[in-house]
Amino acid sequence: MEHTPMVVGTKLKTRKKKWFSDFRAHKTYYFMLIPMVVFFIFFSYLPMFGLYYAFIDYDFSKGLTSPFIGLKNFEFLFHGGMESIIWKITKNTVLYNVAFIILNNFFQIAVAILLKELTYKKFVKTTQTLMFMPYFVSMVIVSSIVYNLFNFDYGVVNGVISFLGFEKFDFYATPQVWPFIIVGIEIWKGLGYGSVIYLASIMGIDESVYEAAYVDGATKWQRILHITLPLLKPTIIVLVLFALGGIMRGQFDLFWNVVGQNGLLLNATDIIDTYVYRSLTVNFSIGLGSAAGLYQSVFGLVLILTVNAIVKKVDKDNALF
Amino acid sequence: MAALESKSNKIRVDQSTKIFNIVSVLMVLFFVIICVLPFILILSGSFSSESAIAVNGYSFLPQHFTLDAYSVVFTTLGGTIGNAYLVTIYVTLTGTALGLIVTSMSGYVLSRPDFKHRNKAAFFIYFTTLFSGGLIPSYLVNVNVLHLDHSLMAIILPGLMSPFFIFLYRNYVKGIPDSLMESARIDGAGDFRIYWQIVIPLCKPVSATIGLFLALSYWNNWFGYSLYLVADKDKWGLQYLLYRMLSRVTDAVRDSQIIVDQLPTETMKLATAMLVTGPVILFYPFAQRFFVSGLTIGGVKG
Repeated sequence: MEHTPMVVGTKLKTRKKKWFSDFRAHKTYYFMLIPMVVFFIFFSYLPMFGLYYAFIDYDFSKGLTSPFIGLKNFEFLFHGGMESIIWKITKNTVLYNVAFIILNNFFQIAVAILLKELTYKKFVKTTQTLMFMPYFVSMVIVSSIVYNLFNFDYGVVNGVISFLGFEKFDFYATPQVWPFIIVGIEIWKGLGYGSVIYLASIMGIDESVYEAAYVDGATKWQRILHITLPLLKPTIIVLVLFALGGIMRGQFDLFWNVVGQNGLLLNATDIIDTYVYRSLTVNFSIGLGSAAGLYQSVFGLVLILTVNAIVKKVDKDNALF
Repeated sequence: MAALESKSNKIRVDQSTKIFNIVSVLMVLFFVIICVLPFILILSGSFSSESAIAVNGYSFLPQHFTLDAYSVVFTTLGGTIGNAYLVTIYVTLTGTALGLIVTSMSGYVLSRPDFKHRNKAAFFIYFTTLFSGGLIPSYLVNVNVLHLDHSLMAIILPGLMSPFFIFLYRNYVKGIPDSLMESARIDGAGDFRIYWQIVIPLCKPVSATIGLFLALSYWNNWFGYSLYLVADKDKWGLQYLLYRMLSRVTDAVRDSQIIVDQLPTETMKLATAMLVTGPVILFYPFAQRFFVSGLTIGGVKG
């Protein structure tokens, strides 16, 4: 493609003209997009510039003119190697998310497969609805449930323990049990929703495959092992990969409501998101919180790009971009 | 297919299938009980007497059945909870309605093949899911630039749109036959009229899905209040009121005449929890299918 300068000039002109005539012809489109553009500028793009806070010693009276301190905030977060704040909260965030991804998918797929194989329509429908219930309640309610179950004086679990003749157990002072409780809550809350999504995917499998297997005398167990699971595999792989891409994003709502600021449990339950929230609302250390947030965003972006590249190789149709 | 199904019902069920069915029914029942039991715990606690709970702890059946907790909640906190209900309803209705309008407009425009910059616009939206400024910069923009603090707009505005819903809507509109819109255009309808009179009525299913997701997130929001409305007690929504009550019942009691020590604080919390989540639990069985159907209509891609 070679052009003389003059041709390029006219091309530019016509392009400009084209753009203008396009704008004139579809003014409405541009006007209709205004709310969207304004929304994302103010609530997404403008805050990105706020990442500059990570590099200043934030002072509420000075705002953006607070002294620039370079990487000092990061030095503070990364100081101490294995003992550093960033290592602790990253480790917690990643480990919790890995547990969530594995166990959520396991239970959701298991329930979806069971529901598919059960032929009692009313039973399937009712159980689906009931399992869906936890999905709809807020984490505030969940925290009240957890408190009712595990509280030392009145909790149901301790009621059962003392009824059986054992000594009461102080859950709220024992960090080791909380990973299990938190993972349990996460599974509990997402089971109904996730299994219905997987069930929809299973229902998309061509019924004639099952019929053929039936004619060949396959048992239900064989149908699951040799039809449902293999055909579901691509879906599972893609969903898990993308979940791995979001591994740096914590379930703030869950952790904050269930554990909150209980200092005794923080070692086992502090994730990046709760650290950032505490920096903002409790410690007022804007610089440190922003630095942790920036670290989370950058690391998260790298992860998603990596995962997408992998998905592109495995299954091109499912890649994000 | 129908013939096959009826045939399979008649064929005798062999032993292994029988065992499989029994085991799977039991397993599903187990999961159902786990999912439902905690709510029964809250419900029965709210109908128990405070003294019984102090002695025996919480249980799955009401102890000394009483409506005390509810009557105390209504007499001492009636105004507060009523007000919080109004706030939450206002936020939910306004946010959902506004959110649906702006989401559907964007989704519609992005779906139009004759909109030249649709891919650029889609990337502009999509990029925000890849990278974000995070909580603290967002907070500072909302407070220092937009001055949203001390206003319910701090709850409503940031929740209006999400890239996911815009793309969901766009994909649904893409599924509408183009001939419908073309014939409307030939009849003289403009771009907006096509949106208003053709796209919106045809997109009811996906609008229901998005609207219900929006409504649920507004109803369950406590987080925004904890950032922007901590000092404005008359603007607390239901969830945030409960959030504060769970740590200290006194936060919700405004009348200085009331002696907090004499309140049945534990059962009050449970009664409030029931009042806060009751509408959702009563409503969701009817809305549940929309949460799934809309999502399975079209895969969401950037």
